[in-house]
Amino acid sequence: MNGRDAGFRGEIAKGLFAENPVFVKALGLCPALAVTNSAINGLAMGLATTFVLFMSSLLVSALRRLIPSQVRISTYIVVIATFVTVADFSLQALAPAIHREMGAFIALIVVNCLILGRAEAFASRHPVPAALGDALGMGAGFAGALILIGGVREVLGSGALFGFALFGPRFEPWVVMILPPGGFLVVGVLLLLFARRAAARERAAAAEERR
Amino acid sequence: MSERALSPGLEALRLAATLAIAGLLSGLAIVGTYRLTLPRIQANQAEALRRAVFEVLPGSERMERLVWRDGQLAAADAAGASADSIFAGYGADGALVGYAVPAAGAGFQDTIKLLYGLDPAGARVIGLAILESRETPGLGDKIFKDSDFVAEFRDLATEPEIALVKGHGEAPHEVDAITGATISSAAVVRILNAGNRIWRPRLPAPEQAPAPGAAQAPAIAVPRDVERGGPVPAVPAEGGR
Repeated sequence: MNGRDAGFRGEIAKGLFAENPVFVKALGLCPALAVTNSAINGLAMGLATTFVLFMSSLLVSALRRLIPSQVRISTYIVVIATFVTVADFSLQALAPAIHREMGAFIALIVVNCLILGRAEAFASRHPVPAALGDALGMGAGFAGALILIGGVREVLGSGALFGFALFGPRFEPWVVMILPPGGFLVVGVLLLLFARRAAARERAAAAEERR
Repeated sequence: MSERALSPGLEALRLAATLAIAGLLSGLAIVGTYRLTLPRIQANQAEALRRAVFEVLPGSERMERLVWRDGQLAAADAAGASADSIFAGYGADGALVGYAVPAAGAGFQDTIKLLYGLDPAGARVIGLAILESRETPGLGDKIFKDSDFVAEFRDLATEPEIALVKGHGEAPHEVDAITGATISSAAVVRILNAGNRIWRPRLPAPEQAPAPGAAQAPAIAVPRDVERGGPVPAVPAEGGR
């Protein structure tokens, strides 16, 4: 994004931490809040989004010289919507239980600003390998963030992780954590931690320079 | 981008052509995926329904869809996916276990869709499965997660009308409300009673019960392992929750 070309590996690495889509860029917060009441749902949404991001980055980057700039956004949306529909049908066929849990949020991947944002800001301006690296990194960062949020909420709100009960039947779950407010609480705390880490790094870098 | 200077007309044509091609390819991809996944999706739905029927009719191993037509229950033709239908479940010996009745109604937040089993006489509820609900996690969802509440519906008299009681009901037609989820519990009872009002009068007398395959219905669309190209995971006879 900032002009430097980090190559395929660098593009993957940056999506995980330094430019994590959820915790640093605050992109795609809607699904990050809505479907993360369990770790498995976070994982499924993360994978579905990564698939769409990867395929649309591939097409957008490969066709970047053919798509006239006046209609680029509409073309990107058509591309993204196609892959979302493919993901929707596939999930319905392969994992009907998860599909039922996620309901409308699968279809809403179309309007996840993360995907259109990466298509417009990155894939349409970089060659295919870099675009794929960016998509994988951003997808992994997004999926990781969703699994983290979902895991925290599931442990606190249902006393389980990936469906395995952790604390035995006498555990009194903190129900609000798997209700919508719990999403805001957990995302808020995680944003705080990421921002603190970034601030600490900046201070360290500044101290280094002064010396 | 390398934009060559085109006349305005050609330029507009180019834009329209780009979108048209994108739409065409997108349509092809979507139709292709749809056709590829449709059989699997339908099999999933049939399997989910089959499991639910066997769960609410403990001991049943075959099922048949029955529709209410011209004042009587008749075996449905495969095409007749009418909303006005129930499922008869038969045991291994071909004896009628009971009827699985689909019903739906307003819950606390959204419609609750459920399936419940009636014995052949319609005198008792013998099983309950919630097919779809958006009740509050941790409270309302106890209508299917609380084993005590679910167990109430394994043997519940339908006459007089099922009643919800707070505390501990002793009578065979009484259901104990879930603490903190009275509305959801009441909704389940209300849905069952509504279903009973419609279906109990329609059930034939036990001695005239429809025999399995008697009407030679093009066997109810329950593909056992044949059309699926793979063995179906065994369905537990007892609805073990």
